[in-house]
Amino acid sequence: MNAAPIDAAELGARPQADTNAPVRIAVKDLNFYYGAFHGLKDINLNFHDRQVTALIGPSGCGKSTLLRTFNRIYSLYPEQRAEGQILLDGKNVLDSSVDLNELRSRVGMVFQKPTPFPMSIYDNVAFGLRLYERLPKAELDNRVEESLRKAALWDEVKDKLKQSGMGLSGGQQQRLCIARTVAQRPEVILFDEPTSALDPISTGRIEELIEQLRDEFTIVIVTHNMQQAARISQFTAFMYLGELVEFGPTTRIFMNPEKRQTQDYITGRFG
Amino acid sequence: MAALTETIALAREDRVPRTTPSRGADALFRAAAYGCAILVLLVLVGILASIAYGGWPAFREFGFGFLTSPAWNVGTEQYGALVAVIGTLASALIALLIGVPLSLGIAVYLTQLCPGWARRPVAMTIELLAAVPSIIYGMWGLFIFAPLFARFVQVPVSNLVEGLPVVGTLLYARVPSGVGILTAGIILAIMIVPFVASIARDMLDQIPTILRESAYGIGCTTWEVVRHVLVPQASVSIIGAIMLGLGRALGETMAVTFVIGNANRLSASIFDPGSTIASRIANEFNEADGMQLNALMALGCILFVITFVVLIIARLLTRRVKVA
Repeated sequence: MNAAPIDAAELGARPQADTNAPVRIAVKDLNFYYGAFHGLKDINLNFHDRQVTALIGPSGCGKSTLLRTFNRIYSLYPEQRAEGQILLDGKNVLDSSVDLNELRSRVGMVFQKPTPFPMSIYDNVAFGLRLYERLPKAELDNRVEESLRKAALWDEVKDKLKQSGMGLSGGQQQRLCIARTVAQRPEVILFDEPTSALDPISTGRIEELIEQLRDEFTIVIVTHNMQQAARISQFTAFMYLGELVEFGPTTRIFMNPEKRQTQDYITGRFG
Repeated sequence: MAALTETIALAREDRVPRTTPSRGADALFRAAAYGCAILVLLVLVGILASIAYGGWPAFREFGFGFLTSPAWNVGTEQYGALVAVIGTLASALIALLIGVPLSLGIAVYLTQLCPGWARRPVAMTIELLAAVPSIIYGMWGLFIFAPLFARFVQVPVSNLVEGLPVVGTLLYARVPSGVGILTAGIILAIMIVPFVASIARDMLDQIPTILRESAYGIGCTTWEVVRHVLVPQASVSIIGAIMLGLGRALGETMAVTFVIGNANRLSASIFDPGSTIASRIANEFNEADGMQLNALMALGCILFVITFVVLIIARLLTRRVKVA
């Protein structure tokens, strides 16, 4: 891990945390178990509307686990279970009555590696839309274009919408996945180390994109890269061994961490 | 550092020089290995050549008409492959129509829905189907399945569809004996399920978890994930698996000979008896000589070519995915 110190001036120049923004997701007393293993311990945390919150911490600290509870993707695996509350706009998503498919259209997710579906570029974006909305063709075309524009991919693919999504470069594929997620007009977008498989230039474009998407969506991003967290987030949560160690505006976490462990991690002394 | 190199040097000196390798023995070993590999090729080519040679008089006598003639008359020495070829293709097609959806269902269940503890037992049971000798399928098909099939399917269905257009012909049993093309297709379906299901399962298993999660992640139901993402992703190799099943269904002899009825008659009904290339050969080889033997050889040659092509296509399709 690159331990270069985070530049104070640069941090200050970034859009700052809006602590008055309404709470979009409230995590209350969340515990998570992989079979007998206690993966998350009494997590309490708020995610603010239209802010980017970064989850950082060493491998195995539970940051991805936490992310995966918000759309309950973990429930694909019967041995995994969550206890506590995750309130999305006041409704507990862990409630057994929640319609998982509907939840996942409201809480989109982008993964570590690009995952284009085996279909055309157009259909990759339209697929998710067709699941939930019956749109006339012209409207559908508009939504696809709008989503691809938001994902900063339109200009590169507008002449080959019928070609397979698998033929794009890694960075383009990841932006296609973002377009696919954006198309469903979710409230929250979860990014699970979205740039870990990408080269620096593609990474830069994805980071810019996340900054733009913040105008419309509440964003939670898991990242191993502290510079990335500092660059793109307004809030940062530092986790360690399944516990939330410290949470606050990114500038404060990086400039004046309150906890010793946070200090050690962001200065590269462990992790 | 210096100490280390010294130790290594010392160790080197301590080593006993190995006995001079015998160049002759190694060359012999290599030649033997080459020989084993080439022998298989020679056997393959030899079989094909000898069958083609044996069938040649029939091909020469009847020409292209051998393929298109429904005749098979030992008395008049008139032979044609049409009935057997159609029977082979029809029974194999029925086997695929029944067996492939079943196999895909099994593969999807095993990879997507089955709880972890049940995966191995269920997969084992299905693979055990492949261990049942085909003569057992044949016996079971003839003595147990066929009578039940005649009583509970052929008779009621024939009564139901009698006189109706198309289905009235396709599903009408003149003699509801239980044996016939459809019975053979059903037995073949059971026989190909373990092969197609286990290959399809392996292919679905190879799909990265993350792709599956992203499909669920945009709110797909299990059906949508399987139908629109997983199966298309594995489509080429699943087609390969189907072709392997087809290859097996085309060439299966014993079980089919028991339940197909062995009639040389072109019938539009799948309830009627027929014959396949393999069952025809199995039935008549014992007492055949002269032109009949040549005709059977020619039939064998056709079967060989059909299954060979199917298997090559299957191999190409299943290989392409592994590279990609």
